[in-house]
Amino acid sequence: MGSAETKPSANGVGVADIAEQPPGVAGIAGPRHPGGPSYAVVAFCGRHWVAILVHVAFVALWWEASRYVPRFILPSPAETIATLWVPRYNWPRHVVATAIEVFGGFSLAVLVGVALAVVFNWWPAVNRATMPLLVTLNMIPKVAMAPLFIVWLSYGVGPNIVIGFAICFFPMVINTSRGLAEVEPDLIDLVRVIRASRWQIFAKIALPSALPFIFSGMRVAAVLAVAGAIVGEFIGSDQGLGYLMMSLQATLDTPGMFMALALVTLIGVALYGIVILTERAIVPADARVS
Amino acid sequence: MSAPTLEPFVKLDRLRKSYGGRQNSLLAVSDVSFDVGPGEFVSLVGPSGCGKSTLLKIVAGLNRQDEGEVRIGCAGQPFDPARDIGMVFQQPLLLKWRSVIDNVLLPAEILGLPAAESRERARELLKLVGLAGFEASRPYELSGGMQQRAAIARAFIHDPKLVLMDEPFGALDALTRERMNVELRRIWQQSGKTILFVTHSITEAVFLGTQVVVLTARPARMAARIEIVLPAVRDLGIKTHEAFGTYTRRIYELLGMT
Repeated sequence: MGSAETKPSANGVGVADIAEQPPGVAGIAGPRHPGGPSYAVVAFCGRHWVAILVHVAFVALWWEASRYVPRFILPSPAETIATLWVPRYNWPRHVVATAIEVFGGFSLAVLVGVALAVVFNWWPAVNRATMPLLVTLNMIPKVAMAPLFIVWLSYGVGPNIVIGFAICFFPMVINTSRGLAEVEPDLIDLVRVIRASRWQIFAKIALPSALPFIFSGMRVAAVLAVAGAIVGEFIGSDQGLGYLMMSLQATLDTPGMFMALALVTLIGVALYGIVILTERAIVPADARVS
Repeated sequence: MSAPTLEPFVKLDRLRKSYGGRQNSLLAVSDVSFDVGPGEFVSLVGPSGCGKSTLLKIVAGLNRQDEGEVRIGCAGQPFDPARDIGMVFQQPLLLKWRSVIDNVLLPAEILGLPAAESRERARELLKLVGLAGFEASRPYELSGGMQQRAAIARAFIHDPKLVLMDEPFGALDALTRERMNVELRRIWQQSGKTILFVTHSITEAVFLGTQVVVLTARPARMAARIEIVLPAVRDLGIKTHEAFGTYTRRIYELLGMT
């Protein structure tokens, strides 16, 4: 079906087809995928073949290296993946617990961080009063606070969400604040001329222009959220992939630890991917902050 | 130089504005007074950084003057400061996340004008500025000149009585700029709006204006107000006419550049 669309029509004279389009429009349209999903996969591989090749090479190298090293030091990829079929690991339970902590801490930090930055932007006095304290608090290594959180909140999924939140919160506030502060003054003048209300300026100009900064904060937070959840599980938890790793360490079950590590990474990649895809959907290409 | 016979639509009376503290304050505008009749196109010309933009911002209500008075509106044309000013800046200032037509519609949204009618009007304005077919494009897909045309359409969307333009073609290349001059002249004639146009190009000021107000450098002080008597329909060829040369020569002299 895809080929029918791309094939030139039987009587198609190229020049005539081009002439019918409005001038300039043809050249500026974004890349189109003329075929179905299979074409998209091929196009993806075509664009990212180096990245794909490097990953394949990495796994191959690991596999080869594992032949010369004891299993409890470096299990092979096959041995690692084989653990997925062993019921005693109880993978689903641990994956779900960690995923809830990662996504929970991240979402909470995004909501509270953006909200607080908006408050700062709206009331500069609050900003002046609070920001110095936030900067100081940000210097505390958040993972070092994990034992305290466990004293305060007992252990489990809840406290681990709080640890993830504590780590992700600062990049969210700081990035969003910067985005809201760096709105081009002329853009605001543009609507001040017609007496736009403060709310209109915020909703139509400031917040949309801060979105690239918010997403850049979310990209940082997505990576940190995983670290937060795992540290929480290391210190005090009875479930989750971090907890599992600690208990597998006691029996030198390296394949199981490798698998847990891989699954933690996958959760992080999933979160990061969601952030990137959402950003692509709502922030125009030329406005993104890299 | 005859005084305008009509009641002025914009009246600036001994405007004065300085920036900074008491110690090292910078006098930006000093004693500027002139009238703009309804439907006139007044060019404000002067060297860079002479306070022309400050003057325009005072008229727009973005800055407040220290002394003097701005009065806009006359018996036939009452003036609502929220609705009756359209502004074009040196940069197009299009919102990157909006399509061209949604950018044009921004003032209409802020003023709460009926959506369907505004959209129809935006389409017509985009046609008027030569951007028909680009309604759904994103700003980055347009050239600098096209972006500035969109910005001009946006300034007209809410049908303001007064349009303020602050060096709108300053960032364009020379040829695009000349083409835009011709088009702006045509748009102004079709719309019948009062336009206040800041520029540092003397030929641009004379080509576009029914009047040219000449300002000297820092502080902006009025050197002269010159009425331009040239054919109403102007093409670029008019710049080679003798009368045109007389006007530009006179302005160069006033600015001490000859």
